[in-house]
Amino acid sequence: MNNTNAIKRSLKKRHLKERIFKSTGFFSIAVAILFLAVLLTDIVNKAWPAFWQTKIELTVQLDAEKLDLDAYSSKPAIMAADFRWVIREALMNRFPDVKSRQDKRTLYALTSMGAEFQLRDMVIDNPNLIGQTIKVQFMADDDVDAIVKGSIDRTLPESDRRVKNKKLAWIESLESNGQITTGFNGSFFASGDSREPEMAGIKGAIIGSLYTLLVTLSLSFPVAVAAAIYLEEFAPKNKLIDFIEININNLAAVPSIVFGLLGLAVFINFFNLPRSAPVVGGIVLSLMTLPTIIIASRSAIKAVPPSLREAALGLGASKMQSVFHHVLPAALPGILTGTIIGMAQALGETAPLLMIGMVAFIADIPQSVVDPSTVLPIQVFLWADSPERGFLEKTSAAIMVLLCFLIAMNAIAIYLRKKFEKKW
Amino acid sequence: MVKNMNKALLSKPSGLVEQALKVNKQTTTEDALNIDYTATVGQPNCQNAKFSTQNVNVYYANNQAIHDVSLDIGAHEVIALIGPSGCGKSTYLRCLNRMNDTIDICRVEGQILLDQENIYHQKQDPVLLRARVGMVFQKPNPFPKSIYDNVAYGPRIHGLTSNKAELDELVEASLIKAGLFQEVKDRLQAPGTGLSGGQQQRLCIARTIAVQPEVILMDEPASALDPIATAKIEELINELKENFTIVIVTHSMQQAARVSQRTAYFHMGRLIEVGDTNQIFTNPAHELTEKYITGRFG
Repeated sequence: MNNTNAIKRSLKKRHLKERIFKSTGFFSIAVAILFLAVLLTDIVNKAWPAFWQTKIELTVQLDAEKLDLDAYSSKPAIMAADFRWVIREALMNRFPDVKSRQDKRTLYALTSMGAEFQLRDMVIDNPNLIGQTIKVQFMADDDVDAIVKGSIDRTLPESDRRVKNKKLAWIESLESNGQITTGFNGSFFASGDSREPEMAGIKGAIIGSLYTLLVTLSLSFPVAVAAAIYLEEFAPKNKLIDFIEININNLAAVPSIVFGLLGLAVFINFFNLPRSAPVVGGIVLSLMTLPTIIIASRSAIKAVPPSLREAALGLGASKMQSVFHHVLPAALPGILTGTIIGMAQALGETAPLLMIGMVAFIADIPQSVVDPSTVLPIQVFLWADSPERGFLEKTSAAIMVLLCFLIAMNAIAIYLRKKFEKKW
Repeated sequence: MVKNMNKALLSKPSGLVEQALKVNKQTTTEDALNIDYTATVGQPNCQNAKFSTQNVNVYYANNQAIHDVSLDIGAHEVIALIGPSGCGKSTYLRCLNRMNDTIDICRVEGQILLDQENIYHQKQDPVLLRARVGMVFQKPNPFPKSIYDNVAYGPRIHGLTSNKAELDELVEASLIKAGLFQEVKDRLQAPGTGLSGGQQQRLCIARTIAVQPEVILMDEPASALDPIATAKIEELINELKENFTIVIVTHSMQQAARVSQRTAYFHMGRLIEVGDTNQIFTNPAHELTEKYITGRFG
């Protein structure tokens, strides 16, 4: 009976402790969610303008004589033709008052450097345009883009404003004429890097990342799973194997830049593999990912009930059959989860790739794993480092693309886990 | 994950090792029982022996789990191995199809002959041995596959059938022999793990007989089942003895009495007494056997 009272006395204290613990946990989660929300809102807010591109509509005359082309001109001839003057002429026609050389230069800078290539590509696609007068929406320069999107304040005094009054007047004239439009920025996803913010796209980095991950996955997955199976199922229990195990765990904690140095010294300097290429990046990242996948796979294999192995062995299955027919399928969800975690890690890795030259400015979209390329996190790094204002939004947009990649990979991981998960 | 790992730890074969270790610790305390042991009492030998084991010693590292066991197992008989927990009956059973090979620290000495051939001979392939000597485990352990695939797995890996029709026939025949066909014939593609405990165990028996072994080892096949499922398994054993030699380890003396023709009593890693089941249960020759079957320890 006395017991009851003693228990009752301590009960109050115990419940209090529990309440404190619960509220601390709740508070931590709330703080975490808050930070995440702030981070995501900030990124999305900054990135949003990057998905829209300001365009200037101009009337261009594709004069056959001046361009020295006709509807039957070959592609090289069109490539060689001077479309820059066609656009300049169109701008001059729109603003006939501009006379001085300096003003003209400012006027020509309303459209992007890429405008002439845009026009050239249109003509290559349809040579019949030659000789016609057509309306084309040209990509605007990043300054115009910034004014239209409001990231440069028009009300600032001229001396503080990057875009001077004259140019602003032209832009407003175009706006009032309905010649400035804003559309979805498809070229952001369709072109490679550029020094001009309005022309810079993410495709090169996306393809580079895909190639790099492809190399990483195809190297690290089979090697890691084979290593895990061997260590878990076949290896004898001795000092050597213990030593290997410890070192695999140590490898997982090696700073990633060290792997970059290794890649530089071994793969590029010794084996003479191409610099800046996804193949080297992939090899380096797979070295980094191996321990992660091995550790995850081993614990997944270890978690398979031994009764399953015994069932197979008892029927006369060989060791290998019992592993590949039963243990591996049962461990697959765990192995895949580990692999995707490793891949996500590899996707976000920057440091080792800096060491092997993937930080170079590469405007071309890589066509294979040996072409020079960059990857998403390094593209973020490069753009964040650029002084032009237009790159600010591009940086956030690249981060968004990277995050979407990660979410997609995790979604695949969850799907695969659900698909292969079986009860026993 | 954690749950699974716990489960895994619990059912690891190393449980046997722990049991064996316990045996040795108990030796001192149980010495008080004054084991009066010189040699096995009864008739360990028989006329047409399928298995013939002589002076089998099993060690887990430095702990001896089985001492000098010599026992014949006759063709087409059901022999029950009984004895208190940790007496080595499961360890002995697992020597017969070399399942002990999977435990690194386990060492088997002595001679175990299957049809006059030493199964621990270097040239003996354990894969072939296990196809000839099937095993049913304590806990039903169907593969996480369909009922059909569970039964078809053995024939498939051994290439016992040449086409789909033959395999279908074999699967059906095995399920019929295991007394499960009527219950599952409409859902052969359903997962085997979705069956009830008793059905799962009969599925495991069907899976074993699909390989058409000569001997079936059963390690407490009904200990995880309810009385009705147990009765079905016992009925099944009675039918199976027409075609197979059956060695069954059991904790239930009633079960041993119901299903077996011969009974072997193990104690502390030693084979104390072997004899006709009737004689063992009605007129045990050894003092320890008598104490055990009358429930004075165990």
